[in-house]
Amino acid sequence: MFFRAARRLVLRKPGLGIRGIHNPGDTAHSKGKIAPYTNYHAQRSYPMPDEPFCTELNAEQRALKEKEKGSWTQLSHAEKVALYRLQFHETFAEMNRRSNEWKTVMGCVFFFCGFTALLIWWQRVYVFPEKPITLTDEWKAKQLQRILDMKGNPVQGLASRWDYEKKEWKK
Amino acid sequence: SGTLPKPQMHRLLAKRLRFHFVGAIIVSLGVAASYKFGVAEPRKKAYADFYRNYDSMKDFEEMRKAGIFQSTK
Repeated sequence: MFFRAARRLVLRKPGLGIRGIHNPGDTAHSKGKIAPYTNYHAQRSYPMPDEPFCTELNAEQRALKEKEKGSWTQLSHAEKVALYRLQFHETFAEMNRRSNEWKTVMGCVFFFCGFTALLIWWQRVYVFPEKPITLTDEWKAKQLQRILDMKGNPVQGLASRWDYEKKEWKK
Repeated sequence: SGTLPKPQMHRLLAKRLRFHFVGAIIVSLGVAASYKFGVAEPRKKAYADFYRNYDSMKDFEEMRKAGIFQSTK
């Protein structure tokens, strides 16, 4: 495939990088990739670009364009399709086709989340200083006992879950 | 070639607006109703039950015995 493409370039045959030669009977995919340096970018939000897809037309296509200036009822179906393909690269259905890109995106997102988790773990082991005294279990138990003694949030909150007779959490 | 049915040509915005208005009303009423009966009413009931037989002096005595006050022992 590459050998053929190289040969084409060397012999200056058209068909590689020139969008003009577009057989009316072919499907759009037989052309392969369009050159990246074009002004033609159609998307769902901007479906009618300023320039037509094919700007360099051969004689047959130019004749067809002349015929287009007349009454459209004289165009056959194949000619109408050919004119469409000259003007536009893909149909709406082709342009809006779905892809599997989301799988790649989600995969990369999860991968980098995991990598970040590893970094944070390393940070916790090698960077963070000692916990302050108020976060030791002993201190936290005494703090909780004090809150229960003060009956903090006795209606729906913490102290409402504590059974003061049995001195344990309510079931 | 088979012909497709003719798509709707007019009143597209009206159709969309009607659908979304009705949906918005239903969703917002539903959210409000579920909040009222899921959160607000139980909360009012919990407070009413708590304060029905509440003895503040007894509560104060319990707290004083636990030793949390600074102004009294």
